[in-house]
Amino acid sequence: RSPELLFYVDTTEQLFGQCVLLSESKTDGSFLIHHFLSFFLKAQCKVCFLGLVQSFSHYSTVAREKGQLVFFEGLRNSLDMLLPESDASDAEPQPLSFLRWPSTDLRNLFDFVNSSLSQSENDMSRWASPVLLIDDLSVLLSLGVNPTAVLDFIHYCRMAVCSKQQGNMVTLVHNEDDLGDEDCDLVLHALTHQSSLILQVHGLNTGYCRDVHGQIQLRWKDKFQLKRDHTHVFQYKVHDKGVSFFAPGTSSAVL
Amino acid sequence: MAIPVQSMTGISNARLNVEMNTTSFQKKSRSKLLSIPGTRPSFQNGQLLVSTGTTSLDYVIEEDVFDSYSHMLLKYFLAEGIVCSHSFLIASAGEHPDDILQGLPAPVLDDVPKDEIGKINQRRENDVSEESQDSMKIAWRYQNQPKVQTVLAASSRFGHYYDASKQMSAETFESAEYYPFYLPAEVHLKYSVSSNIHIGYIKLLRFIQGVIHKEGFDRACPQSKTRNILRIGIHSLGSVLWGDDICCKDDPLYAYSLTKFLYGLRGLLRTSLSVCMVTVPSHLIQNKAIMGRVTNLCDTVIGIKSFNGSEKDANDLYKDYHGLVCVKKIPYLNSLICELPDTRDLAFKLKRKQFTIERLHLPPDLSDTVSRLNKQDLAESSKLLRMGCGAAATGKKHLDF
Repeated sequence: RSPELLFYVDTTEQLFGQCVLLSESKTDGSFLIHHFLSFFLKAQCKVCFLGLVQSFSHYSTVAREKGQLVFFEGLRNSLDMLLPESDASDAEPQPLSFLRWPSTDLRNLFDFVNSSLSQSENDMSRWASPVLLIDDLSVLLSLGVNPTAVLDFIHYCRMAVCSKQQGNMVTLVHNEDDLGDEDCDLVLHALTHQSSLILQVHGLNTGYCRDVHGQIQLRWKDKFQLKRDHTHVFQYKVHDKGVSFFAPGTSSAVL
Repeated sequence: MAIPVQSMTGISNARLNVEMNTTSFQKKSRSKLLSIPGTRPSFQNGQLLVSTGTTSLDYVIEEDVFDSYSHMLLKYFLAEGIVCSHSFLIASAGEHPDDILQGLPAPVLDDVPKDEIGKINQRRENDVSEESQDSMKIAWRYQNQPKVQTVLAASSRFGHYYDASKQMSAETFESAEYYPFYLPAEVHLKYSVSSNIHIGYIKLLRFIQGVIHKEGFDRACPQSKTRNILRIGIHSLGSVLWGDDICCKDDPLYAYSLTKFLYGLRGLLRTSLSVCMVTVPSHLIQNKAIMGRVTNLCDTVIGIKSFNGSEKDANDLYKDYHGLVCVKKIPYLNSLICELPDTRDLAFKLKRKQFTIERLHLPPDLSDTVSRLNKQDLAESSKLLRMGCGAAATGKKHLDF
């Protein structure tokens, strides 16, 4: 595991009511999702994970105790919406109902998140603050959701999770910056403004390399805007069981 | 021609997860081993590997301009399925699936007995080790670079060779379980479609779902039926023939139809024992953002650029090859990493009996009087890269300038 990343990110007093943005471009940043998922589960937080792009077994994490992790498997649920059995509308509101009725917004998805994370009396004593993890938000845009609806959804989630319950929210957005995907650019810019910790993962400009998988930039925003943002840049290589971080240009393959 | 699974199960490190693993970054070993002919477990992520891919995987091939080589790749993919006795599904809007079936290349049956194969591999390894004796004079700094290993020798006959000039005989594919989907012949749907996804895609999705469920590829079937892999080949998805307009307009009406279809397809693949290869005419898609979204929704994306009719034909570097292979995305399934190739600059050539994908490298630029690393050396160092992105390219210690 990476001591540097832990130092800059995982100080628990700092991660309290925070909105974290993970952005990936030209590479795969899912190792960050794995990191945050296991980090929060180990910290005894109750986690609601919207896994929209991979099946559950991909994340290969099982929560410590029953009820700690609420995993929403988007892929499985989508088929009921895309290929409905009958014409009649469902009795219960479905989280991915926007797939079936495109003009609707993400209200149902938010209701799902809210009900998963709202703490009952029992919950409050068992778990630390709730966490919402989303992998990945740009898929919603690919499926035809309006960017405004996506931003509304994020806003509601932030209010419910970060403000009301002092929980944390971690969102992954995938954007290839040179493709001119305006919807995605819009969402990414808005989230960049709203988030207090931003981890940007970028493939190397020089192209694919076996020993250095990419570059990661961490940006901590000062809450009260009194100081300048802390920014750190590392390069990284993903291994079987973890990730190693090093200063740019100091990969072990080069030294 | 199916690979005997016995040779694979002897490997002690084989890990296969049928259910979920435990903590993150840790792979759990299971004693249950699904033995399906033509597959082997991957050591990295516990998935079943099929030659040309992993199950539950979605391959997208960006077509070359005349759809010649991408069509070839699709045929190889399907032919491999027949040879391994997998079931397969062909979906097409233009050519009838039966015609595609007729045009599959014939497998090259090897009459070479097993010990011969061992000898051939041994000989190759000897060649490689002789090379290492010559020390390098000018570029001595690179002497210590590790040699790239021949993966082919280690993994013993996974994948087959096909003769592109011969067609597969009818007896070979008669016994295979084959599910064709030909869009113009499909009947009208009963239910109204309100999810704003093009009706052709809905029909195809329903059809695939039906096959998966009926034939039990989604593991819902009882143990009595032997499990098999379903290979799905979809030709020219997104083209006008499917009714989609992303190839005609910059601001299409059905902008999200293809991505919704791919999302549904991904859901189906992840919950079943199937692999899918799709070819997409990406050069026709006007809006680049759409292709970006498609790439994001697929596991592996490979672009094929053929040199047919382009000025690159004249370039010396490319004269041995028929085109370029550009690996745009590699899958990260069930693990943090994937099998990484050394480089993503690859080129391909289609010979009668072989579709070869090689590392693209510049031969050293020597003047005419000195003998250069000639074609013979290059040919020796080429290796058949299986159609998935998994295998690393091999070769001698070539320097990439």
